[in-house]
Amino acid sequence: MEVTTQPDTKVIIKEFLQKRIGQDISFTDEEDIFKLGLVNSLFALELVVFLETTFKISIENEDLNLENFSTVNNLGAFILKKKDR
Amino acid sequence: MEHTFSQIESDLKEKKQKKVIKCVVWDLDDTIWQGVLLENDQLVLREGIVDILKTLDSWGIINSIASKNNYDDAIRMLERFGIREYFLYPQIHWDLKSNSIQKIKEKLNIGMDAIAFIDDQPFERDEVAFVHEQVNCLDVGSIGQVLEWFKPRFITEESSLRRKMYLDDEVRHQEEQEIGNNRKFLESLALTFSIQAATVNDLQRVEELTLRTNQLNATGYSYTYEELEALIQSPDHHLFVAELIDKYGSYGKIGVAMVECNPQTWTLKLLLMSCRVMSRGVGGVLLNYIMNLARQKGCTLQAEFLPTDRNRLMYVTYKFAGFTEAGQLTNGGVLLSHSLAEEVPYAEYINLSLPE
Repeated sequence: MEVTTQPDTKVIIKEFLQKRIGQDISFTDEEDIFKLGLVNSLFALELVVFLETTFKISIENEDLNLENFSTVNNLGAFILKKKDR
Repeated sequence: MEHTFSQIESDLKEKKQKKVIKCVVWDLDDTIWQGVLLENDQLVLREGIVDILKTLDSWGIINSIASKNNYDDAIRMLERFGIREYFLYPQIHWDLKSNSIQKIKEKLNIGMDAIAFIDDQPFERDEVAFVHEQVNCLDVGSIGQVLEWFKPRFITEESSLRRKMYLDDEVRHQEEQEIGNNRKFLESLALTFSIQAATVNDLQRVEELTLRTNQLNATGYSYTYEELEALIQSPDHHLFVAELIDKYGSYGKIGVAMVECNPQTWTLKLLLMSCRVMSRGVGGVLLNYIMNLARQKGCTLQAEFLPTDRNRLMYVTYKFAGFTEAGQLTNGGVLLSHSLAEEVPYAEYINLSLPE
């Protein structure tokens, strides 16, 4: 299996977010997605489950903080860190 | 595997505080009516069945169907008997009944243990019980006791409207599909979220919510009517109820929060929200309100969280609202705390109505 590199990870995450937030809303990799008006714990849990299944990682309670999830960049870095372990 | 009457009865008695039947799934042939539709029998409604259906419906217990039949023929027959409207999401096809129950469960967004399945065929009951252990499978012979077993402790304004609320949700859902964009959809709903201090009139509904809510319930603590009555009198406690309204109508009272107030520290003992409003983005609003209120009073805020196999969402809600773990509770739960450094803004698409 191919090793997932960070750009790919970010593309996959961005695609998921774009679909959920709306195709017509544009946001950058640095922008806080929770400030885009979807500060919604259901969406957050959906995101958690999506990341767990897509990247085959297990997100523990201590990983659940806003910093890890707030931007595409942070999400990408978080996934890399998890997969490294 | 199959639950016997006495088991069910003792089960229900034992878990009286927690076990709530929210949906009864009916077989049709030789259950709702006597005779077999496909064999062109002269069908007659089972004696007393209309009363049972109507009573369950008025209590807010949803009736549904799992029947192996031709869909159009069966629906026509239900219409002829004048009982079509009482059933939500009828599953009438040739697929396994365990699959039918799975679909109904997903449509209603309830737990398997909140479903009772009534069928005259032992094979069908066993098939369902084999796949879904938690479903309460009953023989049609026990139909006489159904009302006695399933009667909720309280019947509230929300109960009698529950079927209509599910139908309203269906319309909302269709519109959501059409609009496609979650944010725009939420804006289009014109949501009003109202938070009030609970009054005596709310207590039955509050108790009902503590018993019915599993997924969006931070601690699962349940309080009796009498305990709640004492809490609203107590100067050291705040009990809030939240109602959600949109352009289609009211969802009813759908949220509860209870705070224990000490001079320096407020502790959230109870935070729950009906699963029906899960996708409306209002879950955090009640929490945000309490955070801001505690901050205004110059207090820090703690919250208790007791994990179950279903309530991870509430943990995520707390963590994403900025709470951090601050210790263990003696009951196996976690104590979370928040520094309340700044005022929390509310979502723009929600119109708020707050207590004076």
